[in-house]
Amino acid sequence: MTDHELIWRIAGGSGDGIASTSQNFAKALMRAGLHVFTHRHYPSRIRGGHTYTEVRVSADPVKSRGDGYNFLLALGDSFARNPSEGAYYGNEEIKPLSENLDELNEGGVIVYDSGLLDASEIEDFDERVEENDWHVYDIDLRTIAREHGREVMRNTAGVAVTCAIADIEPDVIKSLMSDAMPDKILEPNLTVFDDAYEMVQEEYDVEAPDVSAPTGEHDEEQVLLSGSDAIAYGAIDEGCRFIAGYPMTPWTEVFTIMTQNLPELGGISEQVEDEIAAAALAIGASHAGVKAMSGSSGGGFSLMSEPLGLAEITETPLVLVEAMRAGPSTGMPTKPEQSDLEHVLYTSQGDSHRIVFAPGNAAEAYYQTRKAFQIAYEYQIPSIVLYDQKLGGELTNVPASVFDEEPNADLGSVLTEAELEDAPHDDSGKYQRFQHDTENGVSPRSLPGQKGGRYLATGNEHMPAGHISESPENRVAQMNRRMQKVDNIRAELDADGEFNTVHGDEDADLGLITFGSQQGTVEEAADVLNEKGHSVKVLGVSEMMPFPKQQVADFLDSVDEALVVEMTASAQFRGLISKELGGYGDQMSSLLKYNGNPFEPADIVEGFETALLEGEELPDNRTKFVPKVGE
Amino acid sequence: MSAFSAIGEETEQDQNEFTPGLEPQPTWCPGCGDFGVLKALKGAAAELGLSPDEMMVTTGIGCSGKLNSYFNSYGFHTIHGRSLPIARAAKLANPGLTVVAAGGDGDGYGIGGNHFMHTARENHDITYIVFNNEIFGLTKGQTSPTSPMGHKSKTQPHGSAKTPLRPLSMSLNAGASYVARTAAVNPNQAKDIIVEAIQHDGFSHVDFLTQCPTWNKDARQYVPYIDINDSDDYEFDNTDRSEASEMMFETENALHEGTVLTGRYYVDEDRPSYQQEKQRIGEMPEEPLAERYFDDSYEWERTFDNFLDKHK
Repeated sequence: MTDHELIWRIAGGSGDGIASTSQNFAKALMRAGLHVFTHRHYPSRIRGGHTYTEVRVSADPVKSRGDGYNFLLALGDSFARNPSEGAYYGNEEIKPLSENLDELNEGGVIVYDSGLLDASEIEDFDERVEENDWHVYDIDLRTIAREHGREVMRNTAGVAVTCAIADIEPDVIKSLMSDAMPDKILEPNLTVFDDAYEMVQEEYDVEAPDVSAPTGEHDEEQVLLSGSDAIAYGAIDEGCRFIAGYPMTPWTEVFTIMTQNLPELGGISEQVEDEIAAAALAIGASHAGVKAMSGSSGGGFSLMSEPLGLAEITETPLVLVEAMRAGPSTGMPTKPEQSDLEHVLYTSQGDSHRIVFAPGNAAEAYYQTRKAFQIAYEYQIPSIVLYDQKLGGELTNVPASVFDEEPNADLGSVLTEAELEDAPHDDSGKYQRFQHDTENGVSPRSLPGQKGGRYLATGNEHMPAGHISESPENRVAQMNRRMQKVDNIRAELDADGEFNTVHGDEDADLGLITFGSQQGTVEEAADVLNEKGHSVKVLGVSEMMPFPKQQVADFLDSVDEALVVEMTASAQFRGLISKELGGYGDQMSSLLKYNGNPFEPADIVEGFETALLEGEELPDNRTKFVPKVGE
Repeated sequence: MSAFSAIGEETEQDQNEFTPGLEPQPTWCPGCGDFGVLKALKGAAAELGLSPDEMMVTTGIGCSGKLNSYFNSYGFHTIHGRSLPIARAAKLANPGLTVVAAGGDGDGYGIGGNHFMHTARENHDITYIVFNNEIFGLTKGQTSPTSPMGHKSKTQPHGSAKTPLRPLSMSLNAGASYVARTAAVNPNQAKDIIVEAIQHDGFSHVDFLTQCPTWNKDARQYVPYIDINDSDDYEFDNTDRSEASEMMFETENALHEGTVLTGRYYVDEDRPSYQQEKQRIGEMPEEPLAERYFDDSYEWERTFDNFLDKHK
């Protein structure tokens, strides 16, 4: 982290354009040469309800949300419910201002729309402003917007005010508006922008800004995208041209991106009746020779449990993605959590044999989705990309060159008709698609419609040509072969060795271990700790099954103690490490967070200093230790 | 050149081609109606000149699911109730395939009912044969969705309080464009109906009455049967939706009063199949998608060229 960062939070009501305004803001600053990272907070509601997006802006690379924030733009909530006495939701109108004060850093700026918000409704507002040295700008953004456009353009007015106060060149924003907005609304928006910008310049002293945006320069071209974008693009570059799904937050993003792009690629997207069908369609398409995927979030993935097992035993290549949110059951639909880890690893009857990746950032999400397809089709096994609402939705800049890769539409271990002629068949002409003894556990498949390739795929245990059999000898041979594939995949991943990363001081004697989307935040926390004079390193694990035992064991062997950081309430990831390594229990403790908000680096710094260095309990209930300190 | 040369190949087929050498004799009970489905399907496939390598038969779980073991073709014996979603995806992936899905009344009308409704609604160009014996056979005789009201079994010891599901009416209302009922005791009609069902462009549903001599002894053997299309007693136009609907309602009632009515209940040749609709709106390629992966000259698109601009 640098000392000089803008962490801008735009707050308003759901449906007020907060997401698109913040996306444009982030992209404009990326174009201006800065590194950006966004964090979304929104309710499961279409219209109204407090929502905000944070845009962290820095001259140096950023890989997490920041600690608190320093610039609030509070707009009204157009769809707020009437304040009712006794109602649990209280006064929704004022929330864009009132709900965001706790996390605003000292010395921060508050801009609020005085056309819609009345700060006097907030108890102790003036006292808190004084206490925290906040700089308050009450500006009637609504009226400015109305004068030259429509009321909804108050977002534009707010961005203009931000530029004037935080010393951002207006053209940075205006040129992006010109690209992003249709002509009809562009002109009035530009006028609203100029009015608001000039008004601030005239009426306020902004010569020495309280909080200003940094300046910077990229050494190569950047693109702004989310984990969901990266997953979809990884699939497309692997020749995936079939997706089936059913809407569910937050997986819907990947489904939507694929669905919007597939027609122009001559691909097929199917929105179907439920997630059982979705997974089954992906299996059917893949079985017939098209690279296919499906996915869901926890609830829908539960329905995919049985088809997932079918893909395992029929050795049908299948790629699923699972976007975690807070559970159990409907839980908190728009809030991130990592608590579907065990669900995804083990769901479906029988001994699971599948691949599970949990990418740590957007670039990794692209690479690992590609790897998931390669393994699924080469080894004829289900691959799952496990991510969450956080990684799926947060936008960050990634070098465009990450995507400058060749496409790969290889179907993997499939025979051609010519190859089938020499392949083994049974007496009725069925191809022996599930042969016992193969070099790497993989028995190549044929595809329906190929001459000489017919066989039976079945969820029952089966003989080499697919016939159902309960012969003990055949059972053991088939089971061993299928399980052997997982070992061979582990060996291949070890040879690649690119996704489980160690960050920080190599000789450190204290460690942080995390998985999936928390990686960037934990790494930033380690940087802070090392700057403070501690000696810490981080292991970010992105391969969940087959588990990278050796790498994790080596890391644990190299440190005295390790704190395992994850967004679960029952320390699932630490449990996985213990199960896979069969030890190290005394060496690990957990820092858990499951309140619906992702870790901030400061949570981890505080947790680390408390748990491993000072031995005291945490000051509040945002995060939790397991076991308790001292036990 | 196609990578799937079995598709559309002109062949003379004997129905014995569809008998697998490894398991030529089914394990169904003597007198089981399922033999009738197998025979009719083999006869229909031979009559249509299909080869085993261009057919994909998907099944669910139950006695009906064993069809795959006794019918020589590409087969996918799936999980309980899920033969339809797998079948329709295979058809979308490679539309040249002849895709037949099969299952029992529990499989298709119970656990897989949602898929049945939506596959019919979407009018996928596949044939669905439901082995309807009004009972769960393989799990030893429990009451099924088509068991008559009052049906006693170990799971309904006081007799079922539920009215049986109406398979034909449900199919029509859901949107199937070909709906027929036949019976195992009527092999010629059964074969003819399956031939028509496979030829039909759209979702064709065949409710196939298959007597269960082991667990449903009380039920009639579906004799005598009446072919409503041949009988003078039943005048109706099976291309007219409302007349079809009435005839189906009457047929479903009659079955539980001892009269077995069979035949073609609804035929809509005008409705485009789902594949055609999807191609019309530009969401499905004209060339089979499965062929593309074998086309060495195909230039596979990539993100870097196609999608990055909007992120810059």
